[in-house]
Amino acid sequence: MTTTQAPLLEIRNISKYFGSVIALQDVSAFVRAGEVTCLLGDNGAGKSTLIKVLAGVHKPTEGSYFFEGTEMDFSSPRDALDRGIATVYQDLAMIPLMSIWRNFFLGSEPTKGFGPLRRFNASFARETTRLEMGKMGIDIRDPDQSVGTLSGGERQSVAIARAVYFGAKVLILDEPTAALGVKQAGTVLKYIVQAKNRGIGVIFITHNPHHAFPVGDHFVILRRGQVYGDFTKDEVPLEQLVQMMAGGADLQVLQHELEEAIRSGQVNGDEARDLEEVAAGFAGESDGEGEAGKA
Amino acid sequence: MTSENTPQQGALPPGDERVRKVSTLSRVLGRPELAAVALAILVWVFFAVIARDNNFVSWTTTAAILNRAAPLGILAMAVALLMIAGEFDLSIGSIVGFTGMAIMVLVTPASAGGFGWGMWPALLAAAVIAVAVGLFNGTLVITTRLPSFIITLGSLYIFRGLAVAIPRMQTNRTQLGGLDQVPGFDFFGRVFGTKIDVFGARFDIAILWWLGLIVLLTWMLLRTRFGNWIYGSGGDANAARNTGVPVSRVKITLFVGTALAALLVALIQAVQFNGADSLRGTLKEFEAIIAVVVGGTLLTGGYGSVVGAMFGALIFAMVQQGIIITGVDGDWFRVFVGAVLVAGVVFNNFIRQRAARR
Repeated sequence: MTTTQAPLLEIRNISKYFGSVIALQDVSAFVRAGEVTCLLGDNGAGKSTLIKVLAGVHKPTEGSYFFEGTEMDFSSPRDALDRGIATVYQDLAMIPLMSIWRNFFLGSEPTKGFGPLRRFNASFARETTRLEMGKMGIDIRDPDQSVGTLSGGERQSVAIARAVYFGAKVLILDEPTAALGVKQAGTVLKYIVQAKNRGIGVIFITHNPHHAFPVGDHFVILRRGQVYGDFTKDEVPLEQLVQMMAGGADLQVLQHELEEAIRSGQVNGDEARDLEEVAAGFAGESDGEGEAGKA
Repeated sequence: MTSENTPQQGALPPGDERVRKVSTLSRVLGRPELAAVALAILVWVFFAVIARDNNFVSWTTTAAILNRAAPLGILAMAVALLMIAGEFDLSIGSIVGFTGMAIMVLVTPASAGGFGWGMWPALLAAAVIAVAVGLFNGTLVITTRLPSFIITLGSLYIFRGLAVAIPRMQTNRTQLGGLDQVPGFDFFGRVFGTKIDVFGARFDIAILWWLGLIVLLTWMLLRTRFGNWIYGSGGDANAARNTGVPVSRVKITLFVGTALAALLVALIQAVQFNGADSLRGTLKEFEAIIAVVVGGTLLTGGYGSVVGAMFGALIFAMVQQGIIITGVDGDWFRVFVGAVLVAGVVFNNFIRQRAARR
């Protein structure tokens, strides 16, 4: 699993402050070409800020950003994109009413002809869209279909294919599986592996360790704006990853609160039974907390 | 990216076995203008039956319908593009009145309170005014981020007011005539005012302007980068911006477009009626919106077509002409137009939902 290859993108000791708020503190991470680095963290862990730093939206207050061995100082997301660092945000920058091929090339339309006859090369766009999606292992039946008729997973895949086609070397995916059903999430994970196999460095941001584990080579766990741990896949089993994500101690508190609620009769009947199960689940997971520790 | 390269073959066979043969019918069902075409046929058949004895199915009536539809259609096309980009222009009718009066005040002899300009300089000045009005609307909408509905509602009053106030101040009149006496009129008379006699009926040359613009603007909308940007700007301005579409520029350009369309109509009508009236173009903004919406364009933007707007204008003109020749009291005209609008939109929604489910 481990390669000795130099990182494609690396951040070292990045901190980001917004006034008195410390959003990120001393965060380091890297991704190699053809690997997937997963950034895991619960809500409020600093994932969004980190994405924005990586995408060139925010400048880090401290720390350094390396891409292909040289230090970078991006002034806008466009800068980062021009270097080949593409970010696929949750809202995907896609327009539901427009067809797949029009979306695929929106803002970067291929043209043919000159002067007043310069026009959108629609047949090229249609065919390329179909081919590029095909390379990701997705069969779009009809490029003229509107994006609104695609499932969430398919939309995500169009966004990924678009980023790859326009020369992404690093693909930053912001919670691509968050709003998806189990099967669709699986499809998106497949595309992540496809992108990785094509030599792209993927930074996969998620709060779901079950999605991260199967595809990740590296796991960086963020908690409260700091790196809680950085592991390779060999170093950490899934169960540990789950505990480290939310923090075993926090879960124990939650379990206690739930049990209180059940006991005091704030909930009853089926609800109580369900909650008891949930609470028991937390208890089981937090048993391993002692061993997890800091890496 | 380079533009001329052809896609590499090989990753997928060109004919994909999983591509379902979509029948021509369901492809047609997906077009925005379908409902308008169907409605146009329906309205035509309706009057062909109702007004059979009044000569509805004749070249004379056809010419009358097209002559009515052309100016409205020219406005509707510009409005359609703007509406696809997600904005409204309620001031377009006022701009027709305003630019028409601007031309007339400029060419009216100094002795009558005008400026005594020739046709060409007056038209050039009117074009500058139209562009300025479009820029005014567009930049105000973009910079204030207020709904264009409100901004252009203000413009509706401002420019209608100016169309009345300035001519009255200058010439003490709100109707100015005598355009054919102006030096340089002959050329304009021919280009914008010619009547074409065929099949024993008189067709306005404005119909040719209209048809030419339909072809040009349809091509622009469907086959140029700018056209793609129009759809993108209206579909989701934020997403379009994120992919690098200059949304503000697109929208402002289209506001200038509606103002220029209004100028073209003002010019055509000034030549036709040999003058202008401060109240010309009144209510045209709503008629244009009706034509556009009946033509299948979404009020919320991101979806629609120029051809649809053409059929919308045609339906409007058919209803108008049909009511006139059947001798039904003109008071009922608005009732009918309102009913057609609602029916058209309901029909559109129905078709669109069906198309989405295919």
